[in-house]
Amino acid sequence: MTTLDQLKVGSTATILAVGGEGALRRRLLDMGLTPRTKVLLRKVAPMGDPIELYLRGYSLTIRKEDAAKIEITEG
Amino acid sequence: MIFALIGNQNSGKTTLFNQLTGANQHVGNFPGVTVEKKEGTLRKHSDVNVIDLPGIYSLSPYTAEEVVTRDLLINDRPDGIINIVDATNIERNLYLTLQLLELDIPMILALNMMDEVRASGGTIDIEKLQTELQIPVVPITASKNEGVDELVERAIQSVCEGPAEQRVDFCKGPVHKAIHSTAHLIEFQARRLRIPVRFAATKLVEGDRPIIDALKLPENDQHIVEHIAKEMEQELATDREAAMADMRYEFIEKLVADCVVKPLESKERRRSNRLDSILTHKYLALPIFLGLMLAMFWLTFNFIGAWLSDGLTILLDGLTAGVDQWLGAAGVSPWMHSLLIDGVFAGVGSVLSFLPTIVVLFFFLSLMEDSGYMARVAFVMDKLLRKIGLSGRSFVPMLIGFGCSVPAIMATRTLSSRRDQKMTIILTPFISCSAKLPIYAVFTAAFFTDHRPLVLFSLYALGILVAILSGLLLSHTLFRGNPVPFVMELPVYRLPAAKSVLLHMWEKAKDFLVKAFTVIFIATLVIWVLSNLDIRFNLVTDQSTSMLASVGKGLAPLFAPLGFGSWQASTALVTGLTAKEAVVSTMAVLFGSGEEGLAVTLSQYFSPLTAYAFLSFTLLYMPCVAAFAATRREMGSLWAALLVMLYQTATAWVVAFLIYHGGGWLLGVNGFSNPIDWILLLLVVGAAAAALAYLGRRRSSSPCGSCAQRGTCDLDKH
Repeated sequence: MTTLDQLKVGSTATILAVGGEGALRRRLLDMGLTPRTKVLLRKVAPMGDPIELYLRGYSLTIRKEDAAKIEITEG
Repeated sequence: MIFALIGNQNSGKTTLFNQLTGANQHVGNFPGVTVEKKEGTLRKHSDVNVIDLPGIYSLSPYTAEEVVTRDLLINDRPDGIINIVDATNIERNLYLTLQLLELDIPMILALNMMDEVRASGGTIDIEKLQTELQIPVVPITASKNEGVDELVERAIQSVCEGPAEQRVDFCKGPVHKAIHSTAHLIEFQARRLRIPVRFAATKLVEGDRPIIDALKLPENDQHIVEHIAKEMEQELATDREAAMADMRYEFIEKLVADCVVKPLESKERRRSNRLDSILTHKYLALPIFLGLMLAMFWLTFNFIGAWLSDGLTILLDGLTAGVDQWLGAAGVSPWMHSLLIDGVFAGVGSVLSFLPTIVVLFFFLSLMEDSGYMARVAFVMDKLLRKIGLSGRSFVPMLIGFGCSVPAIMATRTLSSRRDQKMTIILTPFISCSAKLPIYAVFTAAFFTDHRPLVLFSLYALGILVAILSGLLLSHTLFRGNPVPFVMELPVYRLPAAKSVLLHMWEKAKDFLVKAFTVIFIATLVIWVLSNLDIRFNLVTDQSTSMLASVGKGLAPLFAPLGFGSWQASTALVTGLTAKEAVVSTMAVLFGSGEEGLAVTLSQYFSPLTAYAFLSFTLLYMPCVAAFAATRREMGSLWAALLVMLYQTATAWVVAFLIYHGGGWLLGVNGFSNPIDWILLLLVVGAAAAALAYLGRRRSSSPCGSCAQRGTCDLDKH
């Protein structure tokens, strides 16, 4: 199983499922991280965490530990 | 007529609100919660009011902002909704729109930042968007005030016509089936309780706790709803929350494909990426951030702010001299003369000359906020702040703390967890606020003329260091557990609107002036009376026999172990509670030297070492009454606020103690001779620990205070 935190900078993936629970999960869904959405990993913060994603025409930052709850397939 | 202005963060909501209302706005609080509420009257329409609701992304029941917005929309039912949407980021912005549509309130869509869409070669089919959503859509550019008049006309018109009969139904398949069967089931109950049926049905299927409770459905119906939702989950092979989010985004994707022609990447987006390649660069990000901070402080305190302050001081001195002369010529009695000149003019005047610095600082802070750089600061700093158990977002309030603790404490509201909010409130006052600057200025002028910038920098650094250590202490004791989700938009960099920046500065200046002429004015009067009358209300000739001197003398032994046991110093610290600037004005009055002679007089009472210990104590001890009031409001109880203050003051005492004794040991002056000092140290450390322990006990007995979602919300379980 590949998760979003394993994606390389500059590559794109398609979301399969969003794990986690409660407020965090709801927030991820609300921000548009829903299944079948294409996501580009644009950047990793200077200190190695969090990461910057590009999806639905805007930039979103989430932490690696939360990205690890999102299942993806590359491409 | 009342409109609610709702939109995502970074959608230009504040800019539009400022365009709509100009300076006719006032800031308050939503009752019971600590979310800011701005209201204003429309220009040219004095009978129309707008409520600026907090920037939100969804109507989920998880953050205080979302809950406040839902409650206002459902319970107070405004006459209309103005939903502002960032046209350059239309997909995610419409997600909230779809939820607002379910509320059966007349609504108008303000499609903002249309200039950017056009400039980058994109188009939006407004007609089609109107037909698909069945609400009026008005393209605007809030920053240039384009389309705003039409927006107002159409908004008023749409309220007069009432909501359109047939609203668009954006669900299909199993979700459609679930929502509609639920709607049929609860229709009567929802209408009876005046909750919009469609909204209630959607939220029930979504599993939204507050709506389930509010509807008070009979148990049988609750089971049916649960069954409906389960069936939908099985058909879609996903859970209810994901199903609903997916349904909304699916509708939006189709809508956007039909109505919007967008270039692959807008000009602003490309510019933003270029800026980010430097500003959030792996190695350059931190040096650039620190450089910007230094530049900001240099400009504020050494250049523009200082220049303006000097100008204002000359003006005030002239005024004081004029009044002084006039009072003398008019033969006003000496005590009245003294009250006005030594009390009011000296006290309020010294504080007023500080106004330009505050305004300039807030100018820079709002530039950072409005340009989108603050979000990058949070992005860059998150990992660092997580080490002390906070998220990158707490960095923003802490940064504002350099300006003033009051707005900084108020800014903690944007944090999405109570835990982070409380911790940030406790730590922020350690960051040196700008009101402490006059104290630093006087003392560095008297003792550290050759190393002023270095000493100033060390004080700021000391404040940050103590905040970090306290953060580590708190996150390992009182606030154990994980920091909250950090899911944050990085908005496109934009040139801040001059109007917003100016209004923001004006708001701060007004705050400060009000403070100067109320709290500080009264404080100077009280201090003059206390310091000029003795216990039997006789005018004193020697101020060491005054009432204030008695208070100061009583407290002085507490400060003796820190190296500044004079009654004037302890009295100044007491009056500093009204406002930190008052420390200087009190000293000027008590040492009988006036502002100019203060530097010379101080050297008789302080050595460079004790001066530094005094400065570090003023840096860290409990903030002024205004900050205390803000803390009380944000912490939710007077008792908690008092404990926070006790903790801060005890910490200040311990740090000043270590500096005085450590410094003395290094310099080889005063030794470790006095055992009373060490007994006091133990007592103060004990007091700090007890304050924390009590805070912890109170917290475990009622973790979420009076929050509406106590027990159901998993943010507070940590």
